Amino acid sequence: MKYITEFRRPDLAEKLLSQIKRRSRSQARIMEFCGGHTVTIFRYGIRQALPANLEMVSGPGCPICVTANADLDKAIALARTPGVIIATFGDMLRVPGSRSSLQEVMAEGADVRMVYSTMDALQIAEETPDKSVVFLGIGFETTAPTIAASILQAGDRGIGNYYVLSMHKLCPPVIRAILDSGEVNLQGLICPGHVCAVIGSDPWESVASKYGIPCVVSGFEPLDVLQSVSMLVDQIESGESRVEIAYRRGVQPGGNRQALKLMEQVFEPCPAQWRGMGEVPDSGLRLREEYRRFDAEHAFDIAPGPAYEPKGCICGDILRGVKTPAECRLFGKTCTPEHPVGPCMVSSEGSCSAHYLYGGDVEG
Amino acid sequence: MKDKILLVHGSGGRLAHELVEKSFLKALDNPLLAKLDDSAVFELRGRLAFTTDSYVVSPIFFPGGDIGKLAVCGTVNDLAMSGAKPLYLSLSLIIEEGLPKSELNVIVDSIHKAAEEAGVEIVTGDTKVVHRGSADKLFINTAGIGIIPDGVDISGSNARPGDKVLLNGPIGDHGIAVVSQREGLSFSTQLESDCAPLGGLVADMLAASANIHCLRDPTRGGLATTLNELASQSKVGIRIEEEKIPVREQVLGACEMLGFDPLYVANEGKLVALVPAKDAEAVLKAMRRNRYGEEATIIGEVVAEGKGRVVMKTILGTSRIVDMLTGDPLPRIC
Repeated sequence: MKYITEFRRPDLAEKLLSQIKRRSRSQARIMEFCGGHTVTIFRYGIRQALPANLEMVSGPGCPICVTANADLDKAIALARTPGVIIATFGDMLRVPGSRSSLQEVMAEGADVRMVYSTMDALQIAEETPDKSVVFLGIGFETTAPTIAASILQAGDRGIGNYYVLSMHKLCPPVIRAILDSGEVNLQGLICPGHVCAVIGSDPWESVASKYGIPCVVSGFEPLDVLQSVSMLVDQIESGESRVEIAYRRGVQPGGNRQALKLMEQVFEPCPAQWRGMGEVPDSGLRLREEYRRFDAEHAFDIAPGPAYEPKGCICGDILRGVKTPAECRLFGKTCTPEHPVGPCMVSSEGSCSAHYLYGGDVEG
Repeated sequence: MKDKILLVHGSGGRLAHELVEKSFLKALDNPLLAKLDDSAVFELRGRLAFTTDSYVVSPIFFPGGDIGKLAVCGTVNDLAMSGAKPLYLSLSLIIEEGLPKSELNVIVDSIHKAAEEAGVEIVTGDTKVVHRGSADKLFINTAGIGIIPDGVDISGSNARPGDKVLLNGPIGDHGIAVVSQREGLSFSTQLESDCAPLGGLVADMLAASANIHCLRDPTRGGLATTLNELASQSKVGIRIEEEKIPVREQVLGACEMLGFDPLYVANEGKLVALVPAKDAEAVLKAMRRNRYGEEATIIGEVVAEGKGRVVMKTILGTSRIVDMLTGDPLPRIC
């Protein structure tokens, strides 16, 4: 089976679209939680293809976007610390903190290395024993297990110069916080496929039962998203609210037990700062007491100075689904992918970047 | 240390001469180079095309090629994209001390092979060796000269509404082949770089029609960036169809994994041609007869509306703007 072209077949897309059009009657607002879905929706023009009564709004599912400036500043301050090598996923390099970005401190001589996996960071630590290697632990439940594994390996292999700055965030708590605020009225939620590959679909049950919102776990190809919308429409029209999995090839209701076990062993939930949402209880992950020696916050005296948000940037409102990029007066003017003001314009999964790159007015 | 390049190899002294003779002259032998004068001296008549490019690819060896082949093909292709017949190249190397001589020899050999295939001669050159850390193994600069045949007028500003957009094959092979070898990201793929000299293909296309308006090779920035450049230089709109753009399944797979869009991934053996509709079929046929154009296809057309814009009809039948590349594509987190 071809796992990509099969999920981009125009004939099947047309069938799903006509099914959605035939069945969808009520006005409904559907949030795609994940930035990966936002990109698919824009790349394939799915918003235009859906009937006018279905409104899609982007959610907070872009790990870099939701990282608070105070946390970004810590990473940048660490990069400036003599003897420290920062290992990070590529997306992080260009994100502006309060005063600078990793890319800028790199140009000033900081040793920042882009890695593709936590194990590469561990290897750097092993190869440069006279330096401290700090991995920027950013991401949702998708990346946390691999970072947990790297910490366990560092312990097993006796690598004493490997640290993690844990800025992990958890998805279900934040969606509940958004719904509790009452700012956004949602009739459907497309749940993040990669996150659910780890945590399963069960953690979304409370969203469906307590808030009465239909939930469907979706993959990232256009047919995945269309199928998920179609399943949501069926629930909306029949007045139901359940958790369903459209992404059967990647997700089990109970998730990936081994990954969850790793996460549980190394991390414990903690309050976390979200951009635009402030502190959300139990929505972050910190290293448990017995692994504290790997925790960069404990190992280094990080004093990044006060954090502040760029003036006029509404990334926070956009991440809560309250506003759209078009409502930002910086969008496309002072804030562009070349000169990003806020993180949603930097990350390839950020909704401002997706709007800017793919969402322009085609006519005219 | 005998088998490594040392600083002294770039000093201009005896060892430097030895390196030139043993490594370069032997492989790249031609009368103009063999004279070893300060300049290559030759006569040319007609409209000349002149171009230069520097090559800093990492790693220097990748599936389907190496920095040497790239340095010849890249410059040959820049000449060909002006409709020129590529003739002579300069070759300038900046070597980081410690580069194994065996690696240099392999690269010089592939420079020789690529030049031979492209029908160009390396007529002048230079070698510098720098301290460890001042370069990344090997940087190469080549410049090239070619002659543009009479009656050929190719420029990025020549596109006209109604022109067809032709592409000579699947996109993204080079970028993904190189990325697959990067430190920290070795993933296995049978994919090879498409790196190839396109002078012969262009000559075949021009033989089918001298009316080709624009030619460009979508290297860094990929197909999307090239089409945007052409639309903006010619002040026209370009419409393409996603379904018609060939991309190999392996490239699609790697792009999904890394969060790249194949439209922005680099190519080194691809070209885009904007050709008047009446000549498009003839040019397409000529392309398909050439080994570097077997999978050539028409992917769209030039329109008067939406000047400077590239719009793509997606597989869902919707339309979206295809913008230029911003920054370097960075792998995503999740």
